Amino acid sequence: MASDDAGGGPKGLAAFLALTVIVLVFAVATATAIGDYNIGLGTVFLSVTNELGLTGAEIAPIEQSVIWNLRLSRALVAALAGAGLALCGAILQALLRNALAEPFVLGVSAGASTGAVCVIVLGIGAGSLSLSLGAFAGAFAAFALVALLSNGATSGPNHTILAGVAASQLFNALTSYIVTTSGNAQQARDVMFWLLGSFGGVRWPDFQLLLAVVIVSFAVCIWMGRALDAFAFGDEDAAALGVPVGRVRLILFGVTALLTATIVSMVGAIGFVGLVVPHAARYVVGPLHLRLLPACAVVGAVFMVIADIVSRVVATQQTVPIGVVTALVGVPFFAIILYRARPQS
Amino acid sequence: MSVVAESLEWGVRRKPIVRDVSLSVAPGETLGLIGPNGSGKSSLLRLLAGLKRPQSGGVRINGQDIAQVSRKALSRQVAFVQQSAATDTNITVHDVVRLGRMPHRSALAGWSETDEAAVASALMRVDMTSRRAQPWQTLSGGERQRVHIARALAQTPQVMFLDEPTNHLDIHHQIEILRMVRDLDLTSVIALHDLNLAAMFCDRIVVLEAGAVRACGTPTEVLTQTLLRDVFRVSAQVSASEDADRPHIRYRVE
Repeated sequence: MASDDAGGGPKGLAAFLALTVIVLVFAVATATAIGDYNIGLGTVFLSVTNELGLTGAEIAPIEQSVIWNLRLSRALVAALAGAGLALCGAILQALLRNALAEPFVLGVSAGASTGAVCVIVLGIGAGSLSLSLGAFAGAFAAFALVALLSNGATSGPNHTILAGVAASQLFNALTSYIVTTSGNAQQARDVMFWLLGSFGGVRWPDFQLLLAVVIVSFAVCIWMGRALDAFAFGDEDAAALGVPVGRVRLILFGVTALLTATIVSMVGAIGFVGLVVPHAARYVVGPLHLRLLPACAVVGAVFMVIADIVSRVVATQQTVPIGVVTALVGVPFFAIILYRARPQS
Repeated sequence: MSVVAESLEWGVRRKPIVRDVSLSVAPGETLGLIGPNGSGKSSLLRLLAGLKRPQSGGVRINGQDIAQVSRKALSRQVAFVQQSAATDTNITVHDVVRLGRMPHRSALAGWSETDEAAVASALMRVDMTSRRAQPWQTLSGGERQRVHIARALAQTPQVMFLDEPTNHLDIHHQIEILRMVRDLDLTSVIALHDLNLAAMFCDRIVVLEAGAVRACGTPTEVLTQTLLRDVFRVSAQVSASEDADRPHIRYRVE
C-alpha cells in the first residue's frame, strides 16, 4: 500500500515535482538570458557556476554583472513570490472553504497599498526601505482589523471573508482619499505602477529575506497539511477529527498574512497567481495538502517567472506591470472556475 | 465505555439552550435522543462529544472528564457524525475514510498497516469497499452518509455520536444505517426525529423538551400517548409490537 497520502501515489508526485523543477530552472535561466541586452543560455549557466566557484570560465564583466546583479536576483525573487502567493491561495481556499479565496481576500494588499501610499504621497519616512516597511505595516494593520472583525478568526469562513471585504474597501478608500487630496500626477502614476506590481529593482537582500520567509511559511504549512485536509467538511468536522481548529486557523492566517505582506511590500500587489495556481495544481495532484502544497509552490514559481518574461518582452522598450500579465491570464481562468462552480440544477 | 453527563448548561447569549441535563449511557448501549425542533438535541450531542464547552456541568467518558483531555486524544475515543456534511472538494471515498485515521497519526507520520486495516474494515462494514476509488461528488445521499460513518469507524472509537444520521434518506437506508450502528460493538448516542425508528433501534430513549430532560427510559416506558401529546403535540395510538420493548406509534389526524 502507498506510504503517502494516496491519489496518484508518491512516485507520480515526485515525477511531477522533478519535472516542474527542471522547467523552473530553465525558466529562470531564460528570464536571466533575455532582456534589452540578450545573453546566451550557456553563458548564463557558466556565469552562475563561476560565481559559485565551480568553474572558471571567461565571461565579459558586463555580462557577469548583468546576469548576477540584475537579472538572476530578479528571476529568483519572481519564483519565490509566485511560490509564496500560490501557497497562500491554497491555504486560504482550504481554510475558508471557498474556491475563490486568494491571498488578498484578507485585505492584506489593500492595507499594503495604503501603507505604501502614505510613504510615496505623504512622505512618511524616506527611501526605498521605508516604502517596504510602510507597505508591511499597512498589510498587518489590515490583517489585524480582519482578525478583530472575525473574532480572532474563529467565527467561520463567511464571516472572515466579509471582514476581509470590509477591510479591503476601507483601505482602498483611504488610499484613494490620500492620492486625490494630497498627490500630484507623478505620484499617482508611481502609486499605480506600484499597485500593479513590478520586479524592477529587487536585489539579493530582497531574495534572502523572501527566501527565509517562504521556507519558514512552507514548513509550517506542511506541518499542518493533514489538518488542512480535515477542513474539507467544515470546522466542526475538523474538530471532531482532533484538529484544534481555532489555533490552526489563527496560525495559518498569520502565516499567509506574513507571506503576503512580505511579497506585496517587495514587489507590489500581484493578483490572480494565488487564485489560479492552486486550482491548476489540484487538477494534477488532487486535493490532499501534503501533495498539493509542494505542487503549488513549484507551479506558482514557474508561472510567475514566465509571467515576468512575458511582461518584459510583450511590449518593445518597456516593461508591462506584472500584475497586468498575471491578470490577463488569470481572468479567463477565473471565468472557467465560475462556470464550473455554477449550481448543477 | 460509559458516558455520564452531569447538570450540563449551555446557551447563546442569555438564551438557555440546554438546561440542567444529566444522563448516563452504559457501555455498549444505544441511546436515542428525541425531541421537537429546537429542543436542544444537536447542542446536547455536541456538548457530550466535547465539540462545545458547557457553561457549567461536565461530561465524563469512561470516568474521565473530557474537559481535561486534548482534542486529539479525545478524538481517538470519540467519533462524531454530522448530519449531511458536504464538501466542494473533489476527494475520493478512500481519502475521506483515511481522514478518520488523523487522530492516530502525528503530523508527518507514514501510513501504517494498522491504519490501512482500520480503513479497510470500516469500508467493508458500510459495504463501500468496491466504491473506494469513487469521487465524493458522485455519491448519493445514502452513500455519503455511509462514508461518513465509515470515516467515524476508521477512528476506531469506543463512543459514537450521530446527529440525525438518517435525515434525507429513504426508508431502506434509514433502517440499514440504524441497524448497522446498533450492531456495532460500541456505545452510541443518536439524535433522531423518527419516533418509530427510535423505538426500533434504541435500548433507551431520552426525551428533550425546551433543553431539559423530560423523560428517560426504555422505549415502552417513554413513548406514551400522554408524552407524545404533551411534548410533540400529536395525538397518537401506541401499540405493542411483537417485541414487548418496541412500541409502535400510529399518528392520528383529528
